[in-house]
Amino acid sequence: MSQAQPRLRAAFSLGVTALLVMGLVASQWLLGDSPQQMQFDARLAPPSVDHWLGTDALGRELWARTLAGLALSFWVGCLAALLSTLIALSLAAIATLSARLDALVSLLIDTLLSVPHLILLMLIAFALGGGTQAVIIAVAVTHWPSLARVLRAELWQLRQAPYVRISRALGKSRWFVLHGHLLPHLIPHCLVGALLLFPHAILHEAALTFLGFGLSPSQPAIGVLLADAMRYLSGGYWWLGVFPGLGLLLMVLGFERLSSHLRRAL
Amino acid sequence: MRLIAPIAKRVARLALVLTCVALVSYGLMMASPIDPVDAYLGPQMAQVSPEQRALIAQRWGFDESVAVQFGHWLRQLVSGDLGWSHVYNQPVSEVIAQRFQRSIALLGSAWLISALVGFSLGVVAGAKEGSKLDNIISTYAFITASTPAFWLAILAVLLFSVTLGWTPTCCAGPAGALNQEVTLATRLHHLLLPVATLALLGIASITLHTRTRMLELMRSDVATHAFAQGASRLDVAWRHGLRHASVPAITLAFASLGELFGGSILIEQVFAYPGLGQATVAAGLRSDVPLLLGIALFTALFVSVGNMIADSLYGVIDPRIKASGL
Repeated sequence: MSQAQPRLRAAFSLGVTALLVMGLVASQWLLGDSPQQMQFDARLAPPSVDHWLGTDALGRELWARTLAGLALSFWVGCLAALLSTLIALSLAAIATLSARLDALVSLLIDTLLSVPHLILLMLIAFALGGGTQAVIIAVAVTHWPSLARVLRAELWQLRQAPYVRISRALGKSRWFVLHGHLLPHLIPHCLVGALLLFPHAILHEAALTFLGFGLSPSQPAIGVLLADAMRYLSGGYWWLGVFPGLGLLLMVLGFERLSSHLRRAL
Repeated sequence: MRLIAPIAKRVARLALVLTCVALVSYGLMMASPIDPVDAYLGPQMAQVSPEQRALIAQRWGFDESVAVQFGHWLRQLVSGDLGWSHVYNQPVSEVIAQRFQRSIALLGSAWLISALVGFSLGVVAGAKEGSKLDNIISTYAFITASTPAFWLAILAVLLFSVTLGWTPTCCAGPAGALNQEVTLATRLHHLLLPVATLALLGIASITLHTRTRMLELMRSDVATHAFAQGASRLDVAWRHGLRHASVPAITLAFASLGELFGGSILIEQVFAYPGLGQATVAAGLRSDVPLLLGIALFTALFVSVGNMIADSLYGVIDPRIKASGL
């Protein structure tokens, strides 16, 4: 099955992921504000039947907070990946217009790649003053280079393709060729690229939030939960540190699997 | 002449990229809504009169236009002065030098371990595709590639420091001890867990990359020919595979310095290890603009030199690339 039907596997994986994501989003709807509800008689309770994953220092249910954190991560990741793909696509398109623009874009790529991702993320989040918006923009601005390189190489090749040259020879404008011939060809690349970006985006969002540059500490983001857990580590409250990270890992793994299946199928 | 030209080209490119980094990061700092005078004053903000604020702004040159400030900063930068860090109350270059000395032990050992272990695991997994060992190694690499670095560090602290009590939970030495009193053994003891976590994360990408290279080779004509002559899989892996896979592995090791540094920021934060990564976080959270700029430039230099070495090594190790004129 694994070799013969990559499309079936991809569809299956897509279905499972979609179902989980829908469950995650729906859970936020059903849960309401329970991730923030405090129970002072059950502070730092270990996992049990009453408190599935235990509670934190203010008696808030960890399972509800983890779910809320994953949903936050999902939205941030989605927006960032989408924005990043758009940036990659437009810069790749600009790069193929002329040799000088191409040199400029590749200089930009080199500049971005020469600073460690996390430091660049910190600089951008700092420049934008922190918060959800800042994280989304920072992650989007730092993650496009690899995809832009792929798209640019693809575009250079496409420009030499006979139908593109014929179209140009027939006097169609650059914009028309880009819009009518090249973009449809690039959509699958963009899709896979965005899916590949997504796990990185969530991981970097969590890391940035963990360090204190990202989402505000009042939001139940995974980074915030883990930063809180750091304060209770030596007390042996292991559930605070284990479960939010495990949830994040499972989500990232799920999307990695999906993108590798899709890549094989397309 | 043939050797000098490409090197000169690379150095020129490096200078250009670094200038861009300086421009971009300075622009970002200037765009920040955080007022530098407020950041400098900290909690004493309320006790300072507007006249005093104006004096402070004048003293640090904040009252001039952005272009003039950038000019000042650039001129100082060229003369080797990175400015003054108000968080550590020291010149930025001294802070970076001291912190980097501590970080280099962490970074260097984690880098070496992850390169060596990652490469060997990749060769082993790739030589026997589909075997049980290959499955275990691939799954391991696949999972660690998706693991958040700081979470792994938290797990390590929970397991080895809190539950088992084998390693200390924090810092580069025992609390309260002077720098000179700390023995080498204690230092290594404190380094053990951070290095292990950082290395564990770096292994994944090199393993996966090396494995694909090995698979490529095992399916190539070279391997088929060797098999036809009666060579075993081990023979082929040893004689052809090592060489084939080593060039990309070394390149990747040098090219992944940025990622390694990013990981070290998170891990130093979890282990409270007083290295450059921790200083970066402190500088960012407490708005120490000169220090943040200095670190950004320093790490950019570090990463770019790594990339440059990666590109140059290609030619040294693989004679075919040198022949085609770099």
